[in-house]
Amino acid sequence: MLSNQLRTLAVRASNRSAVPVTKSAITHSVRSLSKSTISGLATNTTTGELHVSTPVDPPTMPSPPEGSSLSLKNASRNESQFGTRPIYLDVQATTPTDPRVLDKMLEFYTGLYGNPHSSTHAYGWETDKEVEKAREYVAQVIKADPKEIIFTSGATETNNMAIKGVPRFYKKTKKHIITTQTEHKCVLDSARHMQDEGFDVTYLPVDEHGLISLDALRSAIRKDTILVSVMAVNNEIGVIQPLKEIGKICRENKIFFHTDAAQAYGKIDIDVNEMNIDLLSISSHKIYGPMGIGACYVRRRPRVRLDPIITGGGQERGLRSGTLAPPLVAGFGEAARLMLEESKDDREHITRLSNKLKDGLLSIPSTQLNGSPDPASSYPGCVNISFAYIEGESLLMALKDIALSSGSACTSASLEPSYVLHALGADDALAHSSIRFGVGRFTTEAEIDYVIKAINERVDFLRKMSPLWEMVQEGIDLDSIEWSGH
Amino acid sequence: MANSKQVLSLYKQMLEKAYKFDNYNFREYAKRKIHNSFKEHKGLTDEKEINQFYNQGINSLAQLHRQTTISQMFTFDKLVVEPLKKHH
Repeated sequence: MLSNQLRTLAVRASNRSAVPVTKSAITHSVRSLSKSTISGLATNTTTGELHVSTPVDPPTMPSPPEGSSLSLKNASRNESQFGTRPIYLDVQATTPTDPRVLDKMLEFYTGLYGNPHSSTHAYGWETDKEVEKAREYVAQVIKADPKEIIFTSGATETNNMAIKGVPRFYKKTKKHIITTQTEHKCVLDSARHMQDEGFDVTYLPVDEHGLISLDALRSAIRKDTILVSVMAVNNEIGVIQPLKEIGKICRENKIFFHTDAAQAYGKIDIDVNEMNIDLLSISSHKIYGPMGIGACYVRRRPRVRLDPIITGGGQERGLRSGTLAPPLVAGFGEAARLMLEESKDDREHITRLSNKLKDGLLSIPSTQLNGSPDPASSYPGCVNISFAYIEGESLLMALKDIALSSGSACTSASLEPSYVLHALGADDALAHSSIRFGVGRFTTEAEIDYVIKAINERVDFLRKMSPLWEMVQEGIDLDSIEWSGH
Repeated sequence: MANSKQVLSLYKQMLEKAYKFDNYNFREYAKRKIHNSFKEHKGLTDEKEINQFYNQGINSLAQLHRQTTISQMFTFDKLVVEPLKKHH
C-alpha cells in the first residue's frame, strides 16, 4: 500500500510539467499515508502523542466442526468492547521495564552523559558514582561484596565468560567440566565449545522432576575437575536445584561452582557465601530492568581466576573491558534494588496468581504439571503444563490473545520438542503438547481469569477435533494401536 | 510532622496519578502498590518514621507524575482484558 502511494507521488512529481499537481493533492496523499497503519504508528501532531499498534494476525485455524457453537476468537465475550493486544504471560523470556527503572534511566539519557571511566572531570565522577551505587544494589540481592560484581552484556555473555574463562585459566592441570542436561542453550553450547578445545564434559542427568542427584554429582567429580555449572532456576520448568548442597560438595572438593541465576536472581533467596557459589550469572531484563546488561558475580576470597573473553582497557577488574553503559547499569541497579524492596509483595502476589492458574488449568482432564510439585523446589512464577492429545504449537496458534511460549525463546522458532522435557523422561508427544506460563510482578488477577477461561475453551475445542481424543473417550488404549505404515 | 489530613491527601493524589497510566499492567500495579503500602504503614506512630514515609510518598508522587505523562505520550493498543472506553 505504501509503495503504491509512493509510486503515485513519484509519478505525479515526474509528470509535473505535463500534469500540474496541486499542493492539496500532495498533502492529501501524505495525509492518507500517515492515516494508514502501514508501520503500526500513528502520531498526533497537536499533542505530540505516539500510538503504536500491534498487528494481531487472525488465527489460521480450521473452521469448527459443523453444528459447533464454539469460536476460536476471544473467550466468549463481545470482541468490540475489548482491546486486541495479547496478555503477556512470557516473563521467562523478558519482563516489561518497570516505570521506576525507566525514571532512573532517563536522567542518563538527558543529562548525565559522562563516561564513568573519565576520572579527570565532574561528568565522569557523577556517572561513576551512580555506577558504583548500582553495583552495590546488584550485590545486595545475593549478599555479595560490590567489588565482586562485574557488569557484562547479559547472562549469555556471563555464562560464556565463566564456562570458557575458568577452565582456560587452569587448562594446564585441570581438564574436566560438569554441567547438567537441562541447562540453558548458552551453557550447553559453551561446554560443547570447550570439548572442542580438549576438555571433558559430563552432562548430569535429571530425575522426572528436573532435579539433579547429588550422588551422581559426587561420583562424576574427578581429580581434574575444575568447574561445576548448575542453573539455579530452570527457565522452562521452574525447578530450583539444591544450590547449597551442590556448593558444599564443590567446596569440599575444591572445585569452582558456577550457577546460572538469570531466572532466579531476586526471585528466590540466594546467599553466595552460605551457598558457596563462586560464579553467578545475572540478567537485568528478567528482573524488570533494561535489556542489554547483566552481571557476573566472581568470588574474591578464595579467589576465582579466569581468562577474560573481552580484553582491552582493563575496566571491571580486567575481566570485561569496554566502557560501561551508565544508563543501563543504573537501570539494572534500580531494578535490583526494587527486587529486594518488593520481594515480599512480589512473591506473595506471584504465588497467589500462580496457584490460581495451576488449579484452573490442572482441572482440565488429561493435563500434567511438568517440573517439581514440591513448592520448596519450584519457582511459582514458571508454570509448565502439558495438555495431552493436543499439539502445543496449534494451541499457541489458537491463543493469539495470550502471549505464551512452549519453551525457551531461543528455540521457539524451531518446531523441535523441548530438550529439557526430554531430559525429564517425557516422550515426544508430551514434550510437544506442553506450554509455559510466566507470572510476574505486573500480571493481574483479571488476566489470569481470562487465561484460565480461554485455555479451557480452546483445549476443549481442539480436542473435539482430534480423532485421538475421540478414541481415548471411547476407551481405546492408544499404545495398543498398531499404526499401519506407509 | 505530617498530619493525617496531609497523608490522606497524598494517598488520594497518588491514586489519582496511578489511574493515569495508559499501560494496563502498570496502572493496576500502581493502584495495588499504593493501596498496600498505605495500608501497611497505617499503624506508624513514630514521628520520624511517619515523616520518612511521607517524604518517600512525595518523591513517588513526582515519579508517578513523570511516568504517567510518558505513558500517555507513548500509547499502545488496549489489552484483550481491557474494556474499550473513551478516556482522558
